Amino acid sequence: MIPLDVLAQLREAHGQGNYEPLLALIPYAGLIGIECTREGDDLLFRLPANQDNIGNPLLPAIHGGVIAGFMELSAALYLLIFSESAAIPKIIDFSIDYLRAGLYRDTYARCQLWRQGRRVTNVSITAWQADPAQPIATARAHFKIKELPAP
Amino acid sequence: MNETPLKAQAQRFLSALRHCQVLQMRVDAADEKGMTLVMPYSPRIVGNPQNGAIHGGAITTLMDTTCGMAILCGLGAFEVCPTLDLRIDYLHSSIADHDVYGYAECFRVTRDVIFIRGSAYQDDPARPIAQAVGTYMRLGKDIKGGLGFSQRLKGSAQ
Repeated sequence: MIPLDVLAQLREAHGQGNYEPLLALIPYAGLIGIECTREGDDLLFRLPANQDNIGNPLLPAIHGGVIAGFMELSAALYLLIFSESAAIPKIIDFSIDYLRAGLYRDTYARCQLWRQGRRVTNVSITAWQADPAQPIATARAHFKIKELPAP
Repeated sequence: MNETPLKAQAQRFLSALRHCQVLQMRVDAADEKGMTLVMPYSPRIVGNPQNGAIHGGAITTLMDTTCGMAILCGLGAFEVCPTLDLRIDYLHSSIADHDVYGYAECFRVTRDVIFIRGSAYQDDPARPIAQAVGTYMRLGKDIKGGLGFSQRLKGSAQ
C-alpha cells in the first residue's frame, strides 16, 4: 500500500507540477539525476548529461543500463501518477530496443499507457536526445498494480 | 577466485566504464564459459525506500554490462558490441544489504550478432532475482568504440 503521507505528497506534486520532493524519496532517481516536468496532461522526463552516467568512454556515450533505468523509472513515475494504483507499481518485466547510441547530452523520455488491467499494466516508453523523431531507444514494461477499492 | 588473464582483462575493461565505477562493480569470475560481475549493495541504488530494494535500473545496468562482457568469454577476445535489445524479467525483489551478482554467457555467436543470456542473484544462484536475455551487434574493425578499444586494452596489459 502507498503510505498516506506519500499519497498526499504525490497529489501535491502533480497538482503543482513540481515532482522534486517525490524524486527525492527515491535514491536511484538522484543517482542518475532524472527530472520530471508536467506538460498539460502529460509528463516529460529528462536525464541531464552527466559524466557519471557514461558507459562508453570513447564515443562518449551514456551506459545502456542507465538509459534503461531512466526509462524504467520514467514508466514507474508515470504510473504512480496516472494509474491510480493503491500500491506502488511493481515492475514485472522490461524490454528495451536500442536504436542509436545515447550520446553525452540530455536525454528525454515520454510514456504511453497502452493497457491498464485490474492487476497488470502495459506501458511503452520512448527516449530521444536532439530530435523526438529519432529515438535512441524504445522500451515496454509490465507493472503489477493494485486496483483501488470501489467507492 | 584466482586471477586469470581473462579476469584481469575483464577488470581493466570494467574499470574504464565510468558508470560501472559509480556502481562499484567488480569482476568476480571470468572463464571460457561465462562472466560473473558483482555490484555491492549501496543505499544509493535503492528504488524502494520502504524496504531498501534495489532499483531495476541498477540491475539492468549490471546485466547489460555482464552480458556485454560475456562476449569476452564467448570470443576469447574483446569486441565492443552495442546492445541491440535486452529483456529483463524481475523474478524476486532484491533484499537490502546484500550484494548482487550478475552472470552471463553467450549461447550463439554469428558473424553479425551474439545472443547472450544471464541472471542476477544475491545469495543463491539457484534463486535468481532477475533473468536477462540480450542480443548484441558485432561491429566492423574500423568503427569508433569497436576493435580499436580492445587493441588499446591489450596494449595497456603489457
